[in-house]
Amino acid sequence: MVEILYFAWLRDRLGRSGESLLLSGDEVSSVRAIMDGLRRRGAAYEEIFGEGAGPVRCAVNQEFAALDSPVRAGDELAFFPPVTGG
Amino acid sequence: MQVDIRIQEEAFSVDAEIARLAGAGLDVGGIGLFMGVVRGDMGLAALALEHYPGMTESMIGRIVAQAGTRFGLLACTVIHRVGRLPVGAPIVLVLCAAAHRGAALDATGFVIDWLKTQAPFWKREEYPNGEARWVAARESDEAAAARWDAGGPAEA
Repeated sequence: MVEILYFAWLRDRLGRSGESLLLSGDEVSSVRAIMDGLRRRGAAYEEIFGEGAGPVRCAVNQEFAALDSPVRAGDELAFFPPVTGG
Repeated sequence: MQVDIRIQEEAFSVDAEIARLAGAGLDVGGIGLFMGVVRGDMGLAALALEHYPGMTESMIGRIVAQAGTRFGLLACTVIHRVGRLPVGAPIVLVLCAAAHRGAALDATGFVIDWLKTQAPFWKREEYPNGEARWVAARESDEAAAARWDAGGPAEA
């Protein structure tokens, strides 16, 4: 399983703060592959990950990550907008 | 370096936090201070702040560790509030204690500039008519942080 977390407007749009995604044993996916899979669900997923959506950043295991970063079972993958603290 | 990083809903006491650094027996000669306050732009009523628990603390810890090494800090305190904060409310406090003022002041700028671009917090603006809007990131914040890469005003 991969634990997926959504923050800020992504969570608002989806109406959920997270979900689990099945990833089998030694399968190595990537942030990009998982995003593409989510986007193909359509509806709100298409809105947040599709063309014309706002910029989305990601983190794998609480480290900023790139689209080609690997994702494995047991990882925590978070999607969020560019940060605006301080 | 004495490090204290807190994410909390409650208000903080600037006096108490300064006293904790000045009284820690660290031979502190100066303390740089930055306090961010909710600004009432465009009739804003309040900000609602959320963060990514765990990652936020670790990213701030990393920024503070870099500041400690680069500027030779003796102590650093970062307190960032989350939850709903009305206009005028203190939102973030950065205190950097060093032997001399240059390091204390520069480290304070370094920490807040990097916090704004690297620590996962998000602000939502709330208006009196009930409208709410997520704040977009600003390029000027990226530029402010990037100047520390380019040497910045203070070489440690």
